[in-house]
Amino acid sequence: MFKPYSALALAQHALSPERPWPRAWRSPEPKSSYDAIIIGGGGHGLATAYYLAKNHGLRNVAVLERAYIGSGNVGRNTTLIRSNYVIDGNTQFFEHSMKLWEGLSHDLNFNCMVSHRGQVVLAVNPVQLDTFARRGNIMRLNGIDAELLDRGQVMTLLPYLDYSKEARWPIWGGILQERAGTVRHDAVAWGYARAADTLGVDIIENCEVTAFVMDEGNAIGVETSRGKILGGKIGIAVAGHSSHVAKMAGLRLPIESHILQAFVTEPVKPMVHHVVSWGAELFYLSQSDKGGMVFGGHIDGFNTYTQRGQFPRIQTVAECAVSLLPFMSKLRLLRHWGGIMDMTPDGAPFICRTNIKNLYFNGGWCYQGFKATPASGWTFAHTIAHDEEHDLNRCYSLDRFEKGKELDDYGIGNWTYKQ
Amino acid sequence: MRIPCPHCGERDVSEFRYGGDATKQRPKHGEGNLKTWHDYYFLFDNPKGAHTEYWQHVLGCRQWFKLKRNTATNEIGEAS
Ligand SMILES: Cc1cc2nc3c(=O)[nH]c(=O)nc-3n(C[C@H](O)[C@H](O)[C@H](O)COP(=O)(O)OP(=O)(O)OC[C@H]3O[C@@H](n4cnc5c(N)ncnc54)[C@H](O)[C@@H]3O)c2cc1C
Ligand SMILES: [Zn+2]
Repeated sequence: MFKPYSALALAQHALSPERPWPRAWRSPEPKSSYDAIIIGGGGHGLATAYYLAKNHGLRNVAVLERAYIGSGNVGRNTTLIRSNYVIDGNTQFFEHSMKLWEGLSHDLNFNCMVSHRGQVVLAVNPVQLDTFARRGNIMRLNGIDAELLDRGQVMTLLPYLDYSKEARWPIWGGILQERAGTVRHDAVAWGYARAADTLGVDIIENCEVTAFVMDEGNAIGVETSRGKILGGKIGIAVAGHSSHVAKMAGLRLPIESHILQAFVTEPVKPMVHHVVSWGAELFYLSQSDKGGMVFGGHIDGFNTYTQRGQFPRIQTVAECAVSLLPFMSKLRLLRHWGGIMDMTPDGAPFICRTNIKNLYFNGGWCYQGFKATPASGWTFAHTIAHDEEHDLNRCYSLDRFEKGKELDDYGIGNWTYKQ
Repeated sequence: MRIPCPHCGERDVSEFRYGGDATKQRPKHGEGNLKTWHDYYFLFDNPKGAHTEYWQHVLGCRQWFKLKRNTATNEIGEAS
């Protein structure tokens, strides 16, 4: 049934276009029970199912997705990946993710279009450049690539920025991670879905979890829009809907759901060859393979489950764009959209057991869940299979605030209204 | 989104600053233990649906008030 993608298969299909490509994954009816159930078919849920099957030999696994694969944040993000974190725990976890990105297309037999185009974070004052030097040193001590750039080097790499005397935020330099870049987000969802399905995982779309089936305080299954399904172990990976689903099991989380918007302009010729991030405001931009400038900024700033963004945020993000890259004022906005993000008080996620037996939690991804996808699935699968956290995700427990072990990489919490 | 300030009337959301869940009860000074304060400070109901929340009219009268809003639709209810 499963035929690997290859150059030969491509040639055969080019020669006989009347034979369509087979579906990339099956569309099975849910069974009455599984060894493991993953709630949420976003990047994290699919990656978890894949690594459960591949690394831990658990093949009787289902992924239950409320809508269709790719409908959540995995298909809505600005596709940036990087591993330039300062706090121990975050540094190693996100670097593990970067290493998995490096081999992902081969591992999944799916071209995820992983592009190590490099990310430059721009310093807009000398103090900020000092903090970047410190960040670079921490990265290098952990074996992660980092280069400090002075203003002249930034001018050579990114000649299109505003270097004029009038620039509101003068550019002092930056920090470059060459292995950072972008990944085609839909391909990550499709690639993990197809690879997990190949290993026997049932991917069940249009299947919304509405309640947990409990037995003496243990989670033993779920009620869904497609009937009751029992599970030996149950993992929650529903991103923006974390609080909503966890509440069905009586859990209250350190999470609020907020909307983040993203924007893309009409396509133009290749010009921006890196991911560009700004030190003056939260603003990041890259040019897609189709030529559009893809960019974003802060969350709108009040909790909501609607995927409709507010106009004031469009204005501030556009102001950032034009201030840093004056050419942006000439481009028309083609599309903009929003996704519901699971924001935590320190900006770091949770990948952990819960106080309910057989129930595991993955969520709180804030702005950074896409780059984390491979390591998140990898460590969550480990946690579920062994009923214990891996060294890489031990710091991402739900009780870290009680223990004074928050991981506030930016020193400003979750960038919401609390600032 | 437009928000009805109880003092100035309906204005654009850009004039306001959000202040979070208004139904959270701050424990009394010295009350409970670390867990009491942890739960108050770090845990959220974060409901999908009816929500009562604080807003401040920063670019207007600067008053804080409570607003009812549906987080699933952004439908605005009463302000008080
Ligand atoms: C605009 C935007 C830009 C972003 N940019 C970046 C970026 O550049 N880099 C980066 O690293 N991160 C970025 N992120 C964050 C990243 O996209 C998310 O953190 C990440 O995708 C979340 O994990 P996921 O893929 O599993 O989520 P999702 O794809 O949202 O998956 C969760 C799934 O759970 C399903 N679900 C919910 N409730 C139920 C239920 N009751 N039953 C069954 N299924 C359910 C949903 O339908 C959804 O498909 C961005 C996010 C947004 C919104
Ligand atoms: Zn007012």
